[in-house]
Amino acid sequence: MNVSPELDAAFRAAAVREGLVDVRYDLVASPVGELFVAATERGVCRIAYDPAGLDEELGRTFGLRVLRMPLDNVRRELDEYFEGRRHAFDLDLDIRVAPFYADVLRELALVPYGATTTYGALAARVGRPRAARAVGTAMNRNPLPIVLPCHRVVGSNGSLTGYAGGLARKQTLLALEGAALPL
Amino acid sequence: MMAVMKEEGIPPFERFYLAHCDEVLRYLRRLLGQRAEDAWQETFLRALRAYPRLEHGQHLRAWAFTIATRVAMDDLRAKPTPLVDGRTDEELRMPAYRELEHLTAELPPTERAAVVLRYGYDLDYERIAEALGSSAEAARAAASSGVRRIRRMEEGT
Repeated sequence: MNVSPELDAAFRAAAVREGLVDVRYDLVASPVGELFVAATERGVCRIAYDPAGLDEELGRTFGLRVLRMPLDNVRRELDEYFEGRRHAFDLDLDIRVAPFYADVLRELALVPYGATTTYGALAARVGRPRAARAVGTAMNRNPLPIVLPCHRVVGSNGSLTGYAGGLARKQTLLALEGAALPL
Repeated sequence: MMAVMKEEGIPPFERFYLAHCDEVLRYLRRLLGQRAEDAWQETFLRALRAYPRLEHGQHLRAWAFTIATRVAMDDLRAKPTPLVDGRTDEELRMPAYRELEHLTAELPPTERAAVVLRYGYDLDYERIAEALGSSAEAARAAASSGVRRIRRMEEGT
């Protein structure tokens, strides 16, 4: 790169200072692999295990002025979580999903560290007791895995069922939290 | 049947930036020498301000050069004797132009931009006209006037 790291950093900082950035993103190392994290002025808006095409998704949802920038507060809270020192996140969130999904995610956020719940129980809590499958879809599309703990949602028989980041990661997160895992 | 134009989507800004930040800096170094870095940052801040108003993703490279040219012209008009930092550039494809490039420092701003964009970056006159805010004919005239001036300088030495 012809542009020096200092010049590059100065430009990015000036862009943020002038309020010209719709959404920032960064890649954060973690025990479950590199995480793609993104935030708007309002708060964290996206966490994902696979960064492919996510800059375009951010562009469509939050605005095209997408710029890579360190997200220190998100990185710090995630680090603390993975070190077992943080059981709840204090990050502001910017969630833009359909109303039903928003209801489900709001209930999901209340599932405590180290506990598990089921798709059916979550469905009942949003007043749609027969919508366990739709709740499963909401988990699959969770824009903020880890922070919104969809890994704590398991099948009614206790099986892990599924996870957008793969079952191995779900297992790792539950083990980290000391949740009782099915045999 | 009418041909359907495939509309090119606008990429997220990071992609646009990474695709063009280096060549825009090289271009500005040719025009402004040591003063290029401030102009470079101003170029991409202006691009960021205008980005939400883009209607399609076509000609984004030319658009970046357009903004850079305007920033450089403002700078050249304000401080008319820029320093050329003498950097050689492996991207230069035309040996004749490479030999003459140092002389562009002596040209008036419009001619200088037209010559550098045409011979250094191989942009066509339509794109150069956009950059200069003029017609294609005027861009062509500025480039050839610049080339004539360079030839006279070369003969004069």
